[in-house]
Amino acid sequence: MNFQTSAGTAPDEGRRLRREAVVIRFAGDSGDGIQAAGSQFGIEAALAGNDLSTYPDYPSEIRAPAGTTYGVSSFQIQIASQEIHTPGDKLDCLVAFNPAALKVHLGDLKPGGVLIVDAGAFKAAGLKKAGYEHDPLSEDHADELADYRLLNVDISTLTRETVSAIPDIDVSSKKDALKARNMWVLGLVLWLYGREKGATLEWINKKFGTKPIVRAVNSAAIEAGYAFGATALLPSGLEPVTIEPAKAAPGLYRTATGAETTAYGLAAGALKQGLLPVYCSYPITPATTMLHTLARLGEEAGIRTFQAEDEIAAICAAIGASYAGGLGMTGTSGPGMALKSEGFGLAVAAELPLVIVNVQRGGPSTGLPTKVEQSDLLQAVAGRHGDAPMPVIAMRSPSEGFDIAVEAARIAVKYMTPVIVLSDGYIANAAEPWKIPSLTDLPDRRLQRGDAHGIQPFARDPDTLARPWIVPGMAGGVHRLGGLERQDGSGEVSYDAKNHERMTELRMRKIDGIAEDIPLQEVELGAETGDIAVLGWGSTYGAITDAVEKLVAEGLSVSHIHLRYIHPFPRNLPELLKGFKKVIVPELNTGQLTMLLRAKTLLPVEAVTKVAGRPFQIGEVETAIRAALSEMSS
Amino acid sequence: MTAEVALKPKDYASAQDVRWCPGCGNYSVIKAVQKTLAEAGCNPENTVFVSGIGCSSRFPYYMETYGFHTIHGRAAAVATGVKISKPELDVWVVSGDGDSLAIGGNHLLHLLRRNVDVTYLLLNNEIYGLTKGQASPTSRRGTLSPTSPHGTLDQPVNPIEFAIGAHGRFIARCVDALQNLLSETFARAHAFHGTSFVEILQNCLVFNDGVFSDQEDKKKIDDTLLWLHHGEPMLYGADKSKGILFNPKTYALEPVTIGLDGVTLDDIVVHDETSHGLAMMLSALEAPLPVGVIYAAPEATFIGRQPIPQGTMAKSAARLAGAMHAGNTWRVE
Ligand SMILES: Cc1ncc(C[n+]2csc(CCOP(=O)(O)OP(=O)(O)O)c2C)c(N)n1
Ligand code: SF4
Repeated sequence: MNFQTSAGTAPDEGRRLRREAVVIRFAGDSGDGIQAAGSQFGIEAALAGNDLSTYPDYPSEIRAPAGTTYGVSSFQIQIASQEIHTPGDKLDCLVAFNPAALKVHLGDLKPGGVLIVDAGAFKAAGLKKAGYEHDPLSEDHADELADYRLLNVDISTLTRETVSAIPDIDVSSKKDALKARNMWVLGLVLWLYGREKGATLEWINKKFGTKPIVRAVNSAAIEAGYAFGATALLPSGLEPVTIEPAKAAPGLYRTATGAETTAYGLAAGALKQGLLPVYCSYPITPATTMLHTLARLGEEAGIRTFQAEDEIAAICAAIGASYAGGLGMTGTSGPGMALKSEGFGLAVAAELPLVIVNVQRGGPSTGLPTKVEQSDLLQAVAGRHGDAPMPVIAMRSPSEGFDIAVEAARIAVKYMTPVIVLSDGYIANAAEPWKIPSLTDLPDRRLQRGDAHGIQPFARDPDTLARPWIVPGMAGGVHRLGGLERQDGSGEVSYDAKNHERMTELRMRKIDGIAEDIPLQEVELGAETGDIAVLGWGSTYGAITDAVEKLVAEGLSVSHIHLRYIHPFPRNLPELLKGFKKVIVPELNTGQLTMLLRAKTLLPVEAVTKVAGRPFQIGEVETAIRAALSEMSS
Repeated sequence: MTAEVALKPKDYASAQDVRWCPGCGNYSVIKAVQKTLAEAGCNPENTVFVSGIGCSSRFPYYMETYGFHTIHGRAAAVATGVKISKPELDVWVVSGDGDSLAIGGNHLLHLLRRNVDVTYLLLNNEIYGLTKGQASPTSRRGTLSPTSPHGTLDQPVNPIEFAIGAHGRFIARCVDALQNLLSETFARAHAFHGTSFVEILQNCLVFNDGVFSDQEDKKKIDDTLLWLHHGEPMLYGADKSKGILFNPKTYALEPVTIGLDGVTLDDIVVHDETSHGLAMMLSALEAPLPVGVIYAAPEATFIGRQPIPQGTMAKSAARLAGAMHAGNTWRVE
């Protein structure tokens, strides 16, 4: 297909088609800069006032062999003029940087969707690597892509030409020109969807501040892609689109990933209690970003981070930090949780506050390191030796990471207990608009710490059953603490049978009592009673919300309930669930919450499971609900 | 950080009945530690003993200071966290050979290389005491135990070599039976900034009695031990007639008798505790066995001894808020 350059400029905004939402996916090699292009698109959309939700998906190899289907990295984003909760099911637009990307992702493109391909990358070798027997772009096979609105441009050549035109460009930078393909494409897509490019140009300036040539190359590429959209005669049917700003609560916003919001929340949760945040961790995907974020904040922000030698050392150092009066915190993923579990037992026995974030990924073992799953729920609730109850709470979206982390820190200190926060690979990596919380508005829970004279280190608060937090350095508080069972009250080591029973019960009652200190479970959407309750937890929130919204609009008796508190459950949960004829539980595992609910409520709740390393699509949840409804009426 | 009223060694002993076997080497170690704390005028409220699991790791219960008896092998990691959280605390770690070098070897390695400011006592009885006598990583080849009925085959770890290899900055060795040696060495270790690592040969009279009889027997030690002092020639023997020579052919230290084969006092190596190379050679010497401070070369510690400055907390929230607002933001009215 040939493009002529039109004399005119961009169609004026008024003539652009208005869409409520579009779903775009960029896909290419892991070295193609897919994630950067996608994230920048998100920022521009956010600045234009759209709601958005992203889904970065990448292989666990850093630079998987180029051109292979298993090496494809992708970034999906939905932008909308109304509130949205997921990155979307089917694609309105797919950008394929090479044949492998086309092969892997074409199936997700809606019929009639926009397909942008880099014709320059469709050469014999690449086609072969991707497993194509012929070139799907060739005229002979036009029928294969006939369902889509194809924009077949030799982006490689155009980028190269753009770069060559830069004055003073050296030979090696010319060779590297292809690295700027992502910016060229980003420019085009920004233009197609009526978004600005200013923030990205600023970002390029900052990022390559010390490399003027690289800066010039990237800026020129994005400008060229943008201008291409504005000046080329696009194939018919490929109209530029615009998406109006979405309504949002007043406030100051930015885009943030779940990893970032959680990291900030951990720091804030400690600081608001007057405690030194001490984050001890060992790198593991997808939890590492939290360590990066906090390390960057670092000492300047009064935060201590510690890259330990392994997860065992990380949890133990966090325990040591809390023992000495800071707030010990750690973040990890499945394999790391397994290593930490002996440490959890010590924190439970010693009754020390701790916050542990598990960014779940596909298991067992190394499993699917970069893919999402919710399969560590039972481990979080029960995966320890001995009767070692620990509170477990879960975030449902990237923007909720902050509040959940602050809440975990509150519970940990008030009840002198380690608390597990469940996140997952999807939440940690995905970005969405985040209303930046004001730290001054957060309740100030500063602990008063004087000396310990007259305070018994092993006495219990009659309300919370927590023991006082007496730390080294406090006058009059000298005592010994450890993992051996101790006598209730005195704290002396004790192997007495009756005492052990009493201590086991006390530890359990303390955690169960937290149910009195958390909000009652509410129904998110739909009526308080009815035919079906869709009960979810964690990152399935978006897909369930959108599916239930649709069915409620159809007048069906469906409600959405979403848990934040998994252990203990909100105290009204059993009653609430009894108000529905059927409860279904979509989760990204083989039915772990379902098992827990059945055990704790004796209700016949039913699991809807998925373990594909990807989040639920809205359509999948919708189908499951419809199936459950029709079962009921049959 | 000193105590307001001068405390005596017994003031550092807790009210708990000590439950080590009568005659266990741990008794003399705890006695020397209490003496060290008293002499240094330590405030029990700022002193923390962290331990792992094992007979030796019960140590904190018997001290009238803050104490944390943690989990097997992890005392070094817990102590690191304590120091990160509150650098001004005076932290001691007490651990056994299994605790330190089997399950906890990784953490000890990193504690040493990070030079975390703690005093580390490794009570080496070359056996697992608490679990009833299995071979440990320091057990000599051929040790008979319930898990090695035909004798162990593995090469034992030399804790001093291990500590030097891990770039420990203060490395010393003691013997449980020698109070003078213990208190002199502990005083130095305690005063050192950084990880001060002290191996203590400790007799377990129940499961490994007598493995150190040559080093503990007062009648033998003149000839079996080489008590090192910085700047002094390495002499030993009742009349100091024996000494240590550097053999350039074998790159090793070897025992010699002064006056024999033309050896004079000038040939005897003078101890330089700041020499890494000498420390490596000393770690390989078995007879006589070097005791006292083998190596002491201060270097920047992992986290200084300074408390976190006042007012940091107040500034922190502002800085955190700054980070939360970084990048592109937009306001919805
Ligand atoms: C995770 C774990 N594994 C095993 C044990 C059992 N255990 C307790 S102490 C010990 C060995 C102690 O030997 P050592 O460290 O030499 O100390 P000693 O008792 O000789 O002082 C073992 C294996 C445990 N408590 N925890
Ligand atoms: S078993 Fe050995 S190490 Fe343990 S207390 Fe008895 S003598 Fe000491």
